[in-house]
Amino acid sequence: MTSSYFLSQLMNGLKIGSVYAIVAIGYSMVYGILRLINFAHGDILTVGVYSILTLMAFGGLPLWLIIIISICISIGVGVMVERFAYRPLRSSGEETTLISSLAVSSILQNVIMMIFSPQKKAFHLPEYLTALHKVGSVTLSTMNIITFIAVFVILVILSIVIKRTSMGMAMRACSDNLTASRLMGIDVNKIIVMAFVIGCGLACVAGLMLAGEYKTIEPMMGFVPGLKAFCAAVLGGIGSLSGAVAGGFILGIAEMLFAGLMPTSITPYREAFVFVLLIIVLLFKPNGIFGGKEANKS
Amino acid sequence: MRTTTFKDCNILRLLVFVILPLCAIVYGASHPSGYYAGLINLAGIYIILVASLNLVNGFSGMFSMGHAAFMAIGAYISAFFTLTPAQKMASTPGLPEWLINANLPFVVALIIGGACAVVVALIIGYPVLRFKGHYLSIVTLGLIVIVRAVLDNEGEYTNGARGITGLPPKSNTVVIFIIMAIVLYFLFRLIRSQYGRGLIAMRDDDVAAQTLGINLASKKLSAFCISAFITGMAGGLFGHMQSVISGKFYYFDLSFRVVQTSIIGGMFSLSGAVPGGIIMAYLPEVLAPLETGVKLFGHQLPEMYGASNLIMAIILILIIIFRRQGLMGEHEFIVESMFSKDTYTSLFKKEEYLNIGRAFRDLFTGKWRKSKKALPEDIDNTPPVV
Repeated sequence: MTSSYFLSQLMNGLKIGSVYAIVAIGYSMVYGILRLINFAHGDILTVGVYSILTLMAFGGLPLWLIIIISICISIGVGVMVERFAYRPLRSSGEETTLISSLAVSSILQNVIMMIFSPQKKAFHLPEYLTALHKVGSVTLSTMNIITFIAVFVILVILSIVIKRTSMGMAMRACSDNLTASRLMGIDVNKIIVMAFVIGCGLACVAGLMLAGEYKTIEPMMGFVPGLKAFCAAVLGGIGSLSGAVAGGFILGIAEMLFAGLMPTSITPYREAFVFVLLIIVLLFKPNGIFGGKEANKS
Repeated sequence: MRTTTFKDCNILRLLVFVILPLCAIVYGASHPSGYYAGLINLAGIYIILVASLNLVNGFSGMFSMGHAAFMAIGAYISAFFTLTPAQKMASTPGLPEWLINANLPFVVALIIGGACAVVVALIIGYPVLRFKGHYLSIVTLGLIVIVRAVLDNEGEYTNGARGITGLPPKSNTVVIFIIMAIVLYFLFRLIRSQYGRGLIAMRDDDVAAQTLGINLASKKLSAFCISAFITGMAGGLFGHMQSVISGKFYYFDLSFRVVQTSIIGGMFSLSGAVPGGIIMAYLPEVLAPLETGVKLFGHQLPEMYGASNLIMAIILILIIIFRRQGLMGEHEFIVESMFSKDTYTSLFKKEEYLNIGRAFRDLFTGKWRKSKKALPEDIDNTPPVV
């Protein structure tokens, strides 16, 4: 095994890890406030990808406009889901909303399946994005480089928003204690919608990255990456932004190194490895790797 | 005077909850090739599955979403004991010598399958059940992925993604419904026992339950294992009903479908499994024509892939918004009627026949409306205060 092979696997890990990290932020925000595993989050990603595909098929529009419109569509779908499937159930138990999110996930998948077909579709980015560059011993496409920069920028902006603005402060308060925040005069519904807006917008971006990487898309494509992103959020310590990002990168790199470096007889266990890793981490650090000594929130 | 409602008529209970289902079962058993009759087996298996899932999700306050993994384990392990040695040599040559030659009665094979599911449940449950919240949900979902990966990649033992075909069709209507009756009776006695009340106490308030001397960890783990055992058996039944098993049948789809069934029927009651299972077995088949395009009121509808799943999901959301506790809520009258002595002795009591008449009379005279306000029974029976 050469070091360049190791490096290229590491790069692959970073690529997939950045997707997990971005999706995990959305999961983590929603979970932090509502204690809801939003299974539909992965399917919002699919919605975003399909709207990008449809808008690209029209032709004529520049890519940045397409992405912005698609982000708006994803956000619209996400906010509608929150309004009609989660808000009526706010007062009931955690399991109820969990089931509701499963049902929403099923609805989104099947609607996409009905509008487009259940078959896989090719997804091609414009050529100036897929051009390859050689950086040292690893090869990266323009898209990858933009992705890394974008992830970095998104993280900086988000952490400023969450640390410095009053909206971010309200979000942290809600995540800490929803009832007390309401008593302090915070408009909780606004904060929750805001969490969905940020999460769904990021999911659309992550969908673009994922589709650009795999080059094919299908109606079910978002579900398993979404699940893994939730694992990433749990790994890093759920409810914290930096934890979600770190968890995403750790999971992505671990998965790719597992797939690239282990003997070929056990590499098909790549998907299973993610969950085994999760169980092992939970065994020793129930609050996640960066979860600290915070009390075990129920 | 106390008014009589139809709930008090044991004969009606006998008719609706025992004789009617028995007729349906006998009809299903005598028409094994009939399409809708064959679905009754599926309904029976769903009832077993949902009852066992309700023990965990409804009565113990945990939330497992990965019961399909236990089904898969039960299906594969039980298949190892019912296939002929020649079939096993062809599809699963990696098995040890004694297992290839092993051939056990169907029920024993099912029990072994269930026991293996319990072993996995112990391994998964021990680290995870100590935590509150959603950890169990996500880990059991992960378990489905892990089990699928093992089934698809250990070709020596499982024939890989192709799956195992040609399982003997041993799970007929009679076997399924006898097992269903035993499971329902066992679970019904269990939740009415001290153990079951402990579970419910734990669900409602774990701290208070702990102060009353309930060992939360062992209680959670044991309930999870009982549920896994029954689910493993149901998985074996399912596999032998379809006669084909493969990792892809026991994936998210099936797991979510079982959870969905449990929610529709009502996860806080065993009885909920019965209407839930029947609806879930028949509704997709009724909706299936939508997927291939169907003529409705003279209009030719286009082909819509995923239409039946979509409608099921919408029904699910409507149910949890408008009837959160499911169809049955916390009522147990279906299972109660099935296993209560009064139901069966009612045929020989004159009083019971009179009750039906009274119920009809009270229905038409509308007395039941007044009785709700006055609660005459309570007032009459209270001893006078001196």
